[in-house]
Amino acid sequence: MTKDQGSRERHNPRPIYVGVDVGASRTKAVVMDRERRLLGRAVRKSGTDFSESSRLCVETSLEMAGASESDIVNAVSTGYGRKNVACATDTRTEIGCHARGCYLAFPMAITIIDIGGQDNKIIKLDAEGRRTGFKMNRKCAAGTGAFLEEMSPRLDVPLEEMNGLAMQSTDMVKLGSFCTVFSATEVLQNIRVGKHVTDIVKGLFFSVIKRVLEMDSLTENVVMTGGVVAHNPYLVEMTEEAIGRRIWVPEYPQLTGAIGAALYAMQE
Amino acid sequence: MPDEKKVVLRRLQSAKDLGKFMAEYYYELDEAAKNGKRKIAWCTSVGPAELLRALGFLVYFPETHSAMLGSTRMATDLIPKANAIGYSPDICSYLTADIGAYLEGISPLAKVFKGIEGPPRPDVLVYNTNQCRDVQDWFEWYGTEYGVPVVGVQTYRNVGEVTDDHIISIKKQMEALVEPLEKIAGVRFEREKLQEAVRLSRKCSDLWKEVLDTASAVPSPITFFDGTTLMGAAVVGRGTQKANDVYNILLEELNDRIAKNEGAIEEEGYRLYWDGMPVWGRLRMHAELFAGLKTNVLASTYCNSWIFSALDPAAPFTSMARAYTELFIVRSDEYKEKYIREMLEFFKCDGILYHDAKTCPNNTNCRYGMPQRLQDETGIPSVTIHGDLNDLRLLSDEQTKTNVEAFIEQLEERR
Ligand code: SF4
Repeated sequence: MTKDQGSRERHNPRPIYVGVDVGASRTKAVVMDRERRLLGRAVRKSGTDFSESSRLCVETSLEMAGASESDIVNAVSTGYGRKNVACATDTRTEIGCHARGCYLAFPMAITIIDIGGQDNKIIKLDAEGRRTGFKMNRKCAAGTGAFLEEMSPRLDVPLEEMNGLAMQSTDMVKLGSFCTVFSATEVLQNIRVGKHVTDIVKGLFFSVIKRVLEMDSLTENVVMTGGVVAHNPYLVEMTEEAIGRRIWVPEYPQLTGAIGAALYAMQE
Repeated sequence: MPDEKKVVLRRLQSAKDLGKFMAEYYYELDEAAKNGKRKIAWCTSVGPAELLRALGFLVYFPETHSAMLGSTRMATDLIPKANAIGYSPDICSYLTADIGAYLEGISPLAKVFKGIEGPPRPDVLVYNTNQCRDVQDWFEWYGTEYGVPVVGVQTYRNVGEVTDDHIISIKKQMEALVEPLEKIAGVRFEREKLQEAVRLSRKCSDLWKEVLDTASAVPSPITFFDGTTLMGAAVVGRGTQKANDVYNILLEELNDRIAKNEGAIEEEGYRLYWDGMPVWGRLRMHAELFAGLKTNVLASTYCNSWIFSALDPAAPFTSMARAYTELFIVRSDEYKEKYIREMLEFFKCDGILYHDAKTCPNNTNCRYGMPQRLQDETGIPSVTIHGDLNDLRLLSDEQTKTNVEAFIEQLEERR
């Protein structure tokens, strides 16, 4: 904590910390107190004006916390649009923030799988929460939220219905390709031969899981986070089946980055 | 709003001498191409340049031209031209950018050096496949285009221990080049001249090694990004006195920085090793990115590739065969791993960055488990960035930045 921050905290009856995660697809903000309790949260589309979406997110989460801007002791931002957050005094990478956010929920040696709108990350932490390594997906959208977004209109299925459909599958379609475009062709071919949409959607989920699992090896305790996981809990179940063990999911999987940013704000 | 700090890069004064050297080098080639008074050989960057100098050729290195296409960011638009005539976007983007530039009739030389229109017309093209097979295909294309002979040396790949058998075979191939090259040069081969070229080349190599080794000082007086441009003289000028003169001046400046405890960047919090090719079109951006994170990328496999310590004027052919076979790029992964381990220790590195260059598997060493093995052995963490030497369509600046920033955060946490 800086000297400045210390004095702001003493003089503030309700000292709070803000973390903002401006992702490629969604902006997330959280408000926390010194005891690391989550007092307020908000999620909205990032859109094209990152400054505005982050401002609105902070506003909503402050409202939920019953706090005002003057209560903020410090704020840190993360994500693609991290430089566009007006209230933030500093930035941290998504990798650092997801690590912090997850370790708060699961303080042990963990491997974090974060499936985001535009990229995936695998982050490894030791028992003290220090990072031992991380990987980000390569250039392609395969295996990310963008892949599912791309496929949903092709199947004429709204994104939010995918989870329910995948759960109903009885005979999952196997998709072999690495590439989003090739996968789309495979999907069309499966539609043509009359495969059920439920089986194709489950195939898409499995394709996401395969892309993620080939990024890195996993240690014993695995945590999954990110917006895709938040909206598609069945994906976690499928991953558990694929790796043969239980996976931990924090209460708000979409907010771990923002929570991590707020934790950084406390520390600075 | 989090502030973006402006990063000031500390320039080396002797970079100007290097610039002058390169200008003179290209003007001499251009003049020879125009007046026909001296023969011109095109040579691969780790090809038998000393033999060519001994036969009186002026030597031009297309790879340097390709690197210029990359650093001027002309390459990305030219690569598709070569793709369209059958050279895949997955192969060497030095090759595709260079052939693309030829097809379009444009060159960065024309932009930088007034009066020069482009590369000098070759009388012969000489390759060594020690670095890759792409150079042979590249040179053969030009051989057909210009209607001139293409000769070369076929080297072993993935060599563990360099044995006498390797050396004898390469030496014989190099000796066999003499006769056809004599015919093209119109002069008789003289052993003394080769010995002199090898002597000068060895001196150049020793000086270049001394330059790079100054990075072991804390703080380091030089960055990898400085090295990628300063190495020009070691690539195109080895075997000439002029190149050695440039490096003597540079060395003096670097030693002066060391004496004054002056680093190449303002604050050297972390020291990194770069494995793989530079991203030519992003040299400045990367230099600023790391300097802004108080990190000096100070040593690399790439810049070290022009150190030929085996060269010995007493045994010119044998020592050339050895020097050009002992190179890192020719060797087995076991050797490479040991080499990098030693470098990490010598340069006191906190971490290693691997550049996985899409179109150059030959200079990419992170595809067969090496980062994991080295990390297990040394405890030194690594990060991999995906990109390319020349084709900017193959990289995401934002991802590179996040990867690098996250890696430095990781190093911070471990302190
Ligand atoms: S070593 Fe790589 S960059 Fe150099 S010529 Fe060969 S393929 Fe191209």
